[in-house]
Amino acid sequence: MSRRLFHFHGGIHPEGHKAASSATPIRSMDLLPRYVVPLRQHIGTPARPVVAVGDRVLKGQVIGAAEGYVSTAVHAPTSGRVTAIEPRAVPHPSGLFDLAIAIETDGEDKAIDMQPLDWRNQDPSALRNRIREMGLAGLGGAVFPSYIKLNPGTPRGGASPIHTLILNGAECEPWITCDDRLMRERAMEILEGARIMGHMLGARSIIVGVEDNKPEALAALASALSQVAAGDIEVVAVPTLYPGGGGKQLAYTLTGKEVPAGGLSTDVGIQIFNVGTAYSLYRAVTLGEPLISRVVTATGHVAQPGNFEVRIGTPISDLIAAAGGALAGASGEIVGGPMMGFDLMDLAAPVTKAVNCLIVKSPALFPPKPEALPCIRCGACARVCPVELQPFEMYWFSRAKEFGKAQSYNLFDCIECGCCSYVCPSHIPLVDYYRFAKSEIWEREREKQAAEQARARHEFKTFRLEREKREKAEKFAKAAEASKAKAAVPADGEDPEAARKKAILEAALARAAKAKEEMAAAGIAPKNTDNLPARVEREISEIEARRAAMSEAQTATDPATDPPRAAP
Amino acid sequence: MISAILVMAGIGLVLGGILGWAGIRFRVQEDPLVDKIDAILPQTQCGQCGYPGCKPYAEAIAKGEADINKCPPGGEEGIKRLAELLGVDPKPLGEGLEPKPKSVAVIDENTCIGCTLCIQACPVDAIVGAAKQMHVIIADRCTGCELCLPPCPVDCIHMEVVKEDLGTWKWRYPIYPMKRVS
Repeated sequence: MSRRLFHFHGGIHPEGHKAASSATPIRSMDLLPRYVVPLRQHIGTPARPVVAVGDRVLKGQVIGAAEGYVSTAVHAPTSGRVTAIEPRAVPHPSGLFDLAIAIETDGEDKAIDMQPLDWRNQDPSALRNRIREMGLAGLGGAVFPSYIKLNPGTPRGGASPIHTLILNGAECEPWITCDDRLMRERAMEILEGARIMGHMLGARSIIVGVEDNKPEALAALASALSQVAAGDIEVVAVPTLYPGGGGKQLAYTLTGKEVPAGGLSTDVGIQIFNVGTAYSLYRAVTLGEPLISRVVTATGHVAQPGNFEVRIGTPISDLIAAAGGALAGASGEIVGGPMMGFDLMDLAAPVTKAVNCLIVKSPALFPPKPEALPCIRCGACARVCPVELQPFEMYWFSRAKEFGKAQSYNLFDCIECGCCSYVCPSHIPLVDYYRFAKSEIWEREREKQAAEQARARHEFKTFRLEREKREKAEKFAKAAEASKAKAAVPADGEDPEAARKKAILEAALARAAKAKEEMAAAGIAPKNTDNLPARVEREISEIEARRAAMSEAQTATDPATDPPRAAP
Repeated sequence: MISAILVMAGIGLVLGGILGWAGIRFRVQEDPLVDKIDAILPQTQCGQCGYPGCKPYAEAIAKGEADINKCPPGGEEGIKRLAELLGVDPKPLGEGLEPKPKSVAVIDENTCIGCTLCIQACPVDAIVGAAKQMHVIIADRCTGCELCLPPCPVDCIHMEVVKEDLGTWKWRYPIYPMKRVS
């Protein structure tokens, strides 16, 4: 191979321990009676449950839908019944529980109708939506939703800003061999997945980078490549050096392009995916199979270490059982590799999309770390740092909780690879300090944003109250003015209409008074019972008689109608 | 000799004029002290300091009327930062004031009668509701100031401590055995 390789700064050569698990083919696991599928398996917003307790689900059915932009779906690993949606143990360094969907298997393993698709006729945007629905996230360990990474962004000069796609098959961490076995056994599917990714990104070249301690995987990829005769894909062996499988380190090794501080590899036109992601993407796009299983290495102090095709949601205790069970004297488990992984708190925690390896510890394989000594500023950490940071400076500032100063030493460019802790002659857990400092800084950032928001809301409330007060005062003032104007009008006697009415009324009164005076002068009394016709006279006398009769009857019946009161 | 003095004086006048003009034209508006103090305060608007909000407290500190140790939600960290900003010594939290774990208010929906008193009391408009309608607190917006507790006529609001979850979990300060050298 003619490609010129570059050598990143630092790096270490920890003992590989890969032969323990790489010799045997990938084994499948028996169907288990129950699975626990966490809803937070990727970076970003957790999926939103879309099933209820008691629902029957099929293998591959969406049980958690993607929520928001940075999110992706989760699916049922087999057919069965939802028995619980509640916080359960998850593989996380905190040991905290997180929302998960428990499924009781019905044993039929009946799958949904999978819709195969020919990606060649498809628009990348439609493919991205499909990938989001299929629940794809980076299987190298960071589990960033893949559909976002497969959006190349706005074209520059008519071409995609992503010129190179790198498939990461370096697998530099000790003990882990899941990518190695996958490349040996399923090279064709990986390359097909890479071509789909290349199609979506508009990448001009595709490079598969594999560390040279995996000759079988390199040979398998080369033979698969010769069969498909794809001129745009190149398989490159890179020197075995930890952390050569770090995304930015691999990009530098293969292209010589360095990612700027605080940036992403896409800033220099490179996008990187794990080989496992390419394999799962191939299955999702062409076969319509959601991400419901992955290859996991189970190794260390177990009877039959090896690699397993594990359904997402498999309890880790069952995975250990499948690997022949832990041997006597086991002293704990590591999720991930020994350099960057963490100690498992609860064996009931399930395998998630992020879990690539499980190591059962024993005192012989993982002797307890010697007691720490003070930092002597020897600089060994700085010599091995692949990001060319000054780990001891960051250590001092993190230890003193001087987070601003730690940040000014580019703390956030630290990839937490653990090289510095590995070589530290004083055995100081340096990476623990960086993780502590980073999460404190994030927390502060969150608090600051919350305070900003509270300030804005408080200021708006104050403003709103003042505005309401002002408006009310204005309204009152207006009303008072209006009533004052009304009261003022009659006193002035200005209203012509009222004056006219008054004049008419006065004239009428004067006329009536004059008529009365005239009648009195003529000796006429105002009577209206004289000179009545006979019919009216008769009517009047009849009414009078009736009235008299009624008043008589009233006085006669009164005592009877008023019964004596009962004695109290 | 005189011409040299005149030339130098002329240059001095011209340059001084330019500098004076630039000083006014390009003046950088400094953050007033009140805003700097307000930026450090946690904006819970809880009034535990004795002032009706964070801004009035910041103004009182700036005027020298209030001490820097009256803010329990800000905690020791806040006092430290205020001390640093003002160039004074940090001191422990004032008497009778104690920092509490971060909490949010929760309305018992079965008891709420919809009186809107809590809505009026909330300094950050974090309560949604209307007269004779059930009220609810937007947990994300609640600062945990507890100002809604006293006005509630049916005591249906209580505080719940915010539990740590995977989204907010923090790595702990490393603790490990050190070897005794001497």
